[in-house]
Amino acid sequence: MTVDSNDTTPTPRPTGGSLADTDFAGDNRQAATLGDALRDYRNRVRGGDIGSLPAILGLVVLFIIFSFANDKFLSTLNLANLITQSGSICVLAMGLVFVLLLGEIDLSAGVAGGVAASITGLMMTDHGQPWYFGVIIGIAAGAVIGLVIGTLVSKLGIPSFVVTLAFFLALQGVILKLIGQGGAIGIDDNVIRGMTIKNVPVTLGWILAVLLVLVFAGISLNRHRVQVAKNLAHDPFVLVIIKIVVFAAIILGVTALLNANRSLNPVFPIEGIPWVLPVVAVLLIFWTFVLTRTSYGRHLYAVGGNAEAARRAGINVGLMKISAFVIASSMAAVSGIMAASYAGKVSPSSGGGNTLLYAVAAAVIGGTSLFGGRGRAVDAVIGGVVIATIANGLGLLNQAAYINFLVTGGVLLLAASVDAISRRRRSASGV
Amino acid sequence: MTQPLLELRGVNKSFGVVHVLHDVDFAVYPGQVTALVGDNGAGKSTLVKIIAGIYGRDSGDFLFDGKPVTVHSPKDVADLGVEVVYQDLALCDNLDIVQNMFLGREAKKGVALDEVTMESRARETLASLSVRTVKSVRQSVASLSGGQRQTVAIAKAVLWNSRIVLLDEPTAALGVAQTRQVLDLVRRLADHGLGVVLISHNMTDVFEVADRITALYLGRVAADVPAKDVTHQQVVELITAGRSGNLGIAESADTAAV
Repeated sequence: MTVDSNDTTPTPRPTGGSLADTDFAGDNRQAATLGDALRDYRNRVRGGDIGSLPAILGLVVLFIIFSFANDKFLSTLNLANLITQSGSICVLAMGLVFVLLLGEIDLSAGVAGGVAASITGLMMTDHGQPWYFGVIIGIAAGAVIGLVIGTLVSKLGIPSFVVTLAFFLALQGVILKLIGQGGAIGIDDNVIRGMTIKNVPVTLGWILAVLLVLVFAGISLNRHRVQVAKNLAHDPFVLVIIKIVVFAAIILGVTALLNANRSLNPVFPIEGIPWVLPVVAVLLIFWTFVLTRTSYGRHLYAVGGNAEAARRAGINVGLMKISAFVIASSMAAVSGIMAASYAGKVSPSSGGGNTLLYAVAAAVIGGTSLFGGRGRAVDAVIGGVVIATIANGLGLLNQAAYINFLVTGGVLLLAASVDAISRRRRSASGV
Repeated sequence: MTQPLLELRGVNKSFGVVHVLHDVDFAVYPGQVTALVGDNGAGKSTLVKIIAGIYGRDSGDFLFDGKPVTVHSPKDVADLGVEVVYQDLALCDNLDIVQNMFLGREAKKGVALDEVTMESRARETLASLSVRTVKSVRQSVASLSGGQRQTVAIAKAVLWNSRIVLLDEPTAALGVAQTRQVLDLVRRLADHGLGVVLISHNMTDVFEVADRITALYLGRVAADVPAKDVTHQQVVELITAGRSGNLGIAESADTAAV
């Protein structure tokens, strides 16, 4: 530290008594071994910092149950279908993470996606615009909805629950007006529809997957090297390697699975990664960067953790709130367009019903806290896959619709309970 | 005596009809701990908020380094190098120590955060204050004890080459060992040449670290004296009655202070 002490004459005085050495261990820069790192992790989990652990365990359990219940569940055709189905949930949940990080909620995100998809559809069908123009207008519509919601919440101080509930109702009216009672807008654009029904060519898929793994490995190793060189806190090298290996196994495994021919008809092979997967991956990488590597992301966590501290640090809390709602609604627009692509149409019920609760459940199951301040973009993706797995598995079992509602509601309640309990443990153990 | 780093002269402040501060003179010297004491409602927090730039003043001068300055907002004051550490700490539990220390003033490389610089500087600052009580600068603030949190809040204030640090009741919620840590740190700040203002109700703490004591009584300065010239008993009388022997506000009120 350099203190300005140009003309000052400090009056040194011996400090009375030495520093209390009670809870002192020196500045420990790394968990020395893998064992230490594991112990640290176990302590964090015990203390209530569980992250997406329940989601991953839940996913394993669901896979075991459904694979026993129906032998089609583990077929590559179904798994590819599962990935496509989870796309729109993951994207919607990723947007919601921003709002949830501030401890707010956006109940209207699902129908905002429906409005955006309707506008995109109308642009392409009634106005003959190209797909990209439709998408831009759709996302812009989402952003405007988010701007209005965010302004009402932050400037007027209406609880976000009430504002977005009002928008949930009103926006369904907007969709009805846009589409017309009983109507639907068909989505047959090659690109938009193709996002969920077409696949990345096999070779390109492999190239992208290998590149992604190499970039991840390069960034991880380089970060570790810099941290060691500058004597900063860092993970043990073994852990870095394990993370890279697990990442590579997941990426290359999924690629291999999707690049295999999954067609039931030998004459028409179906192979390759559905386009929706790289779209979700790009969004995930982008938002992860924003949340963890930019000051905007840092400020978002700060506002969610302690709004007063953030305000005193000079962060414009109102603006952060508005921006979070704009991001949530814009991502909802992308999600709505993805859902329309999967369904091949936009109907008056698009984005209504349980769409939003699926996405909230996805974010929360993945480890985003409803109390604010905790959550990652990848949580939304992991949770989205869990939710899609439930919907997909129950669908295969031909269960009555009421079972689906009961199970999904139960899962949301369970996830929220896990969140509340782990929060209590965190405040008790101070992790 | 050296020139005060910061000086308020004849400051008055009213909220509506309530005249909270009457012709208050207050000075902070480099390398010294100035204790600001007074009963509840004596005007301590109002004075701190005027120094912090949160409140404006009705009349009176604000001098920094002997020169009059105009301050309109907390930012102006922060730019002068004055940092306030509030009682409720203002730390984010969900962020780690480095993230908290740089909150709102993150070091950046392009659009991305420069974690390397931030972590190194945080560690240097903590080391320069001889803070060794934290296990890792990357642990979350939620896992820290009250004393450690106070330490981080103070270190955060020091990180920005501040010249004056105001501490609002820094030991109010702490145990014996933790109070010890914080008081040691307060002393060390002054030894580094900073002007330190300690607002406290605890006379033991005040006498332990303070070089000067400024006592407020009903919005007036009852006394501004070197700590070694007064006793515990006298300061308590100044706080509760506004005068003690030949110290304090005279009956005629025209020879205020010493």
